[in-house]
Amino acid sequence: MTDEARQREQLERDAMAQAAQGRSGPAIRLERDGGAERAPREVRETVFEIDKVTVRYSGVQAVRDIEFSIQENEIVALIGPSGCGKSTLLRCLNRMNDLISTATVEGKVLYHGEDLYGPKVDPVQVRKLIGMVFQKPNPFPKSIYDNIAFGPRALGMKGDMDEIVERALQRGALWDEVKDRLGQNAFGMSGGQQQRLCIARCLAIEPDVILMDEPCSALDPISTGKIEDLMLELKENYSIVIVTHNMQQAARVSDMTAFFTVELDEDEKHRTGHVVEYDQTDKVFTNPSDPRTEAYVTGKVG
Amino acid sequence: MSADFEPKSGRVRFAADGARAATLASLHRQPGGEVLRNRIFAGLLVAAVSIALLGLALILIDALLEGRGRLSLDLITGSTSSDADKAGFQQSILGTLYLIGFVILMVVPLGVGAAIYLEEYADKGRWWNRLIEVNIQNLAAVPAIIYGILGLAFIVRGPLGLGFILITGSMTLALLVLPTVIIASREVIRAVPPSIREGALALGATEWQTIRRQVLPAAVPGILTGVILAISRAVGEAAPLLLLGAATFVTFNPEPFADTGWTALPVQIFQYAARPQEDIRELAAAGIILMLAVLLLMNSFAIWLRNRYEQRW
Repeated sequence: MTDEARQREQLERDAMAQAAQGRSGPAIRLERDGGAERAPREVRETVFEIDKVTVRYSGVQAVRDIEFSIQENEIVALIGPSGCGKSTLLRCLNRMNDLISTATVEGKVLYHGEDLYGPKVDPVQVRKLIGMVFQKPNPFPKSIYDNIAFGPRALGMKGDMDEIVERALQRGALWDEVKDRLGQNAFGMSGGQQQRLCIARCLAIEPDVILMDEPCSALDPISTGKIEDLMLELKENYSIVIVTHNMQQAARVSDMTAFFTVELDEDEKHRTGHVVEYDQTDKVFTNPSDPRTEAYVTGKVG
Repeated sequence: MSADFEPKSGRVRFAADGARAATLASLHRQPGGEVLRNRIFAGLLVAAVSIALLGLALILIDALLEGRGRLSLDLITGSTSSDADKAGFQQSILGTLYLIGFVILMVVPLGVGAAIYLEEYADKGRWWNRLIEVNIQNLAAVPAIIYGILGLAFIVRGPLGLGFILITGSMTLALLVLPTVIIASREVIRAVPPSIREGALALGATEWQTIRRQVLPAAVPGILTGVILAISRAVGEAAPLLLLGAATFVTFNPEPFADTGWTALPVQIFQYAARPQEDIRELAAAGIILMLAVLLLMNSFAIWLRNRYEQRW
């Protein structure tokens, strides 16, 4: 075993011990009788105002009439069963749906008051401000350094590239693990490191919002814990929208939760996603107002 | 513990033994139709491979036996001549090098460009893009001589009217292998996972930056392999060149843009082989060995490239 591998193993053992202490116990417990006093949602500047958004693929509704708003420095979790359009909606927020030629978006996605689907908006500019991390870690088949440097170079960012790379890796909580092997191929990293690299890569272009599409679904609990800690840190400077199937994760990290459900049309052929409840996370998980949310978060369905 | 599981009566024990024997027997190979069919099929496959290899081996052995005596440096440095002891392939080797050089210059940007358009930009829902696709696949199967006629009618004469110069041969050969290069490049570009494109686009890169900095670098080794294989085919083509004025008896070195006559290795071999003199025919055999060596070298280079830079996702 190389020194490096031994070091990584040690790190993982430490993290395991930490995880055993902190991150235990079920996060979801219903408050049957009314629930405790809850601080109201803090009013901050609105980042996204999603207004009656309907997305169709080849004319078939994937999600319909989505309405909610996302504030600055908040983590918003999108939860719900598979195929309910969480990712579809997430991809509307930085116009990644443009890559699917059959997708059409109706309604408005206001970003600081500006409609992202307005006629003068360039999707490339949108994606510079609204970064995205995907379900499966997708590092480029290049060195760790070049993975980070790609975005700033493409955007023509000024400044010392070494500094930009170091800062991004530090904010991605990866610097200490990789600072001695920046020239090595990113495919040699562990899955959790690769995902943090993807997050760091996204931070390097200094976005305003980070969208995460099930960022931990391919990772083990320790890597997941690291990424969740990272998200809580990043919240200080960014707004984060995360799609997750892991309800404990949503309960642990998010401030607001949107619960999506699937509706079948009359002939039961097409499935359309819809938001049934959007509220503060502890309310959604402890005292949901819709019975469908309750059934889902308590594990009765889904 | 195990005593509890011992069958109680003799009859039960007998039945258990029977069941065990049946299980064991079913594990052994079953004689019968399936096994036989399996063997026949494997035999047919071996026969197919052998016939293919046999043809190749016969050509090789024949060329080696006949041309063995003529394998020397004179083969490369000697000029075209009717005196077998002095004759060589210098003009045609140079001609082939020029031809292929220009083919590469033309076919790489055109082929890779077309492949990028078809894979990355073209909307596959549109009928004209599908039509282009089917046509390219068809073009790859058009006989070389047809390209020769096309070159003669449109490049040597007709609209372009360049005359019988070497570069017309390059242009025609480029057209000939273009479909192969496009198809090969498309395969490799398609093999670059969409997640890489998404990752780059999500960082605010433009489509062209994504292609230029992520997709193409990942696809280059595969594209090179495709180009080399296509070029290998172009090297061996004689038929279209005959139509384009590749003269069979050129005693001076070719110039790509001048109307001074030119030839190429396969044309020269064809010419030598058609001569009645035994010693000149030996020369043709030696030329075949020379060309096979060149082809083998190019193909090995392609394989090396592929193994060296192949990207596993």
